[in-house]
Amino acid sequence: MRRGKRIRIPTYAYRFGRLLASRLSANVQNQTGVRPLDTAASYNDKVVRQFTIMTVVWGIVGMLVGIIIAAQLMWPALNFDLPFLTYGRLRPLHTNAVIFAFGGSALFATSYYVVQRTCHVRLAFSKLAAFTFWGWQAVIVLAAVTLPLGITQSKEYAELEWPIDLLITVVWVAYAIVFFTTIGKRRIKHIYVANWFYGAFIITVAVLHIFNNLAIPVTLTKSYTIYTGVVDAMMQWWYGHNAVGFFLTAGFLGMMYYFVPKQAGRPVYSYRLSVVHFWSLIAIYMWAGPHHLHYTSLPDWAQTLGMVFSIILLAPSWGGMINGIMTVSGAWHKLRSDPILKFMIVALSFYGMSTFEGPMMSIKTVNALSHYTEWTIGHVHAGALGWVAMMTIGSIYCLLPRLYNRDGMYSTKLIDVHFWTSTIGVVLYAVALWVAGIGEGLMSRAVNSDGTLTYAFIEILASKYPYYGMRLLGGVIFFVGMIIMAYNVWKTISKEKPAPVAVMDPVERSGPDAS
Amino acid sequence: MDINDLRGFLTAVLLFSFVGLVVWAWSSRRRAEFDASAALPLEEDQHMTTNGQEKN
Repeated sequence: MRRGKRIRIPTYAYRFGRLLASRLSANVQNQTGVRPLDTAASYNDKVVRQFTIMTVVWGIVGMLVGIIIAAQLMWPALNFDLPFLTYGRLRPLHTNAVIFAFGGSALFATSYYVVQRTCHVRLAFSKLAAFTFWGWQAVIVLAAVTLPLGITQSKEYAELEWPIDLLITVVWVAYAIVFFTTIGKRRIKHIYVANWFYGAFIITVAVLHIFNNLAIPVTLTKSYTIYTGVVDAMMQWWYGHNAVGFFLTAGFLGMMYYFVPKQAGRPVYSYRLSVVHFWSLIAIYMWAGPHHLHYTSLPDWAQTLGMVFSIILLAPSWGGMINGIMTVSGAWHKLRSDPILKFMIVALSFYGMSTFEGPMMSIKTVNALSHYTEWTIGHVHAGALGWVAMMTIGSIYCLLPRLYNRDGMYSTKLIDVHFWTSTIGVVLYAVALWVAGIGEGLMSRAVNSDGTLTYAFIEILASKYPYYGMRLLGGVIFFVGMIIMAYNVWKTISKEKPAPVAVMDPVERSGPDAS
Repeated sequence: MDINDLRGFLTAVLLFSFVGLVVWAWSSRRRAEFDASAALPLEEDQHMTTNGQEKN
């Protein structure tokens, strides 16, 4: 750093950028007499490190955009009358960044790590794996450019226009080839349950993405979907709900089935349950989409079908939740000293809670109150922050030191601080929007004795206003935790030279306590 | 044959598949393999130093 009165923030930004670049390209030099990293004898951890670091980066970016739009709901003037800063353009940027950039990078990183460890083999096709990293980052950058410009298909969670959709398809097929070829050349007979979840996530997301995005291009930045009317709506929510079911649930259950046993130091509580709830979950999730279209022109039988399947979904969801929590059972004492395990157990608790809340909200009569209110957004964030983000954070704290040949993160104390900021943040967020949403639903349906509506729109909005503040506060607190995480990650890896990890030979085991 | 016969048949197939899956998973013949698989995440990496020697 140069002396003098230079502005410090750009300097830090520059140093951070340089560090990031060096970390992303970090590889172990192949000096004379040194065992080379890039051989079948060692795991391909480079691509895992790249995705892991970008998970933290995109988490911060995506949540920052979330904070901005939460603030805009309180103070609409914050869009400064600039089209690319308006709520309608930043909201899809937020959802795409947190789901596909943050969540997606976490899923790539952990799936590549887990499939190598549990198959006892190096990841297939190093170059293709590298392509999935750079391809996925290109998709994210293209999304960050096109969405604020207003280039959109207007399909929720599938806003990106057709050229980007094609790139996503190519990257995803490459991902599938890398992942399944690695499974194909595994050195043990059994395919570990986490890989089943990751595999289901990869296949299903490919199918969902392709069919929901079938469109006729008109120009480079504009296309029209091939579906019309209610069929379009049904396709969209078949996609939309299975994005929740497979991207945000099955993939993260894969993460859970590896990192929770690892961090707890205990085998999976019931492997049988994991098999049964896997097949039940993937079979049932497919049919739950219509609950997004209650009381619309979708045929009534389809709405009821979606509701019934959503309610049945409670069983396989709680199968996973119970299996995760019971895996920690017997190691409860570790919760006193291990904030990583605390992240995981709270994540599982939020998973159990939001998979109870979801089926409840899918019941038509409950949905009549909850739909189109803040309650829905509260429910989504209990799942997305409480389950997805907290499971990701816990898994990354578990994974990162292993990727950099360290015994643990730089500071366990800071993980604990992060744990409390995350927990308080998500609770504030969810509670605020429950109260705001149920109030909104009740006010919206209130009628006077002459049949006219009791409350005007502006009165309902005014009732929600304080809770928008509480939601913003919860979001900011959660975000502060992510900054603490970034600092902790930086201090953990900035001076480390990652060392190659030998591919482990399969070992014979005799009982559940063998290790 | 009516299309609804096929639908009913499919429902029955899925129901019996689920029962079959439960029986398969809880079979005692699966026990040893499942116990070994349940402990797979507990394996720890063997880090190599830059000299190619194992660290842990």
